[in-house]
Amino acid sequence: MRNGLLLAGILFSLGLTSLLVRRNLIFVLMSLEVMLNAAGLAFVVAGARWHQADGQIMFLFILAMAAAEVAVGLALAVEIYRRFKSLDVDKLSNMKG
Amino acid sequence: MELAFYIAGAVAVLSTILMLTRLNIVHALLYLIVSLLAVAVVFYVLGAPFVAALEVIVYAGAIMVLFVFVVMMLNLGKHSVEVERQWLTPGIWTGPVLLASVLLIEVVYLMRGVPAASGSGAVDPKAVGTALFGPYLIGVDLASMLLLAGLVGAYHVGFRKSEKSGNRTGDAT
Repeated sequence: MRNGLLLAGILFSLGLTSLLVRRNLIFVLMSLEVMLNAAGLAFVVAGARWHQADGQIMFLFILAMAAAEVAVGLALAVEIYRRFKSLDVDKLSNMKG
Repeated sequence: MELAFYIAGAVAVLSTILMLTRLNIVHALLYLIVSLLAVAVVFYVLGAPFVAALEVIVYAGAIMVLFVFVVMMLNLGKHSVEVERQWLTPGIWTGPVLLASVLLIEVVYLMRGVPAASGSGAVDPKAVGTALFGPYLIGVDLASMLLLAGLVGAYHVGFRKSEKSGNRTGDAT
């Protein structure tokens, strides 16, 4: 239980670090995947601790949400690359309003 | 079983660290796939085989294919040939292959040696399905609507610009 939550915490903080450090849009999306995966891992660990199926069901919802998020996010990344010829998120800071 | 959990967790953390320190996106994608597979093994050890299978199919299968597709689509530059040659050097894929083979050995050991690998907190897929289409049916409906919204949104965002650029080239000519 505690080790599983510790693993989820480590993975989540690694994803958060990558999200804050990297400046590539694809890397940002991959870090989001890692963080969502860690959250789902925490749900499954808790569900296995209390012998309930609710944790796995929450993981299924997280899975569906991650799939929808990554589809829209990658479409936006392709659009941004077409428009700015770059995937650097710092170059998008002039997007106002 | 504890040892299997620790090995899979160590592989997950190690491949995630290697993922976020790569410079090339495709190398990072390889390590991310290994990380997701390791988390799937962790799920299997924790007694959630259904979720482990879904993790492999959806995360390491579908979502990563989407990532690889977009990365390949964006990399269609002039130096794509030399980038391709650079990818095929064996130093690139030995790390992910080593980590993935550790996971493979572990999974084979779990499948063969220990029949009660899904130890104490096991929740079988039948219980998950019963609860999913029982009290959580509204959640399934919401997830389907979310997926439909994601599909329509991705189609809209990806399609509009190409139509516009087509018009622009039409005007230019």
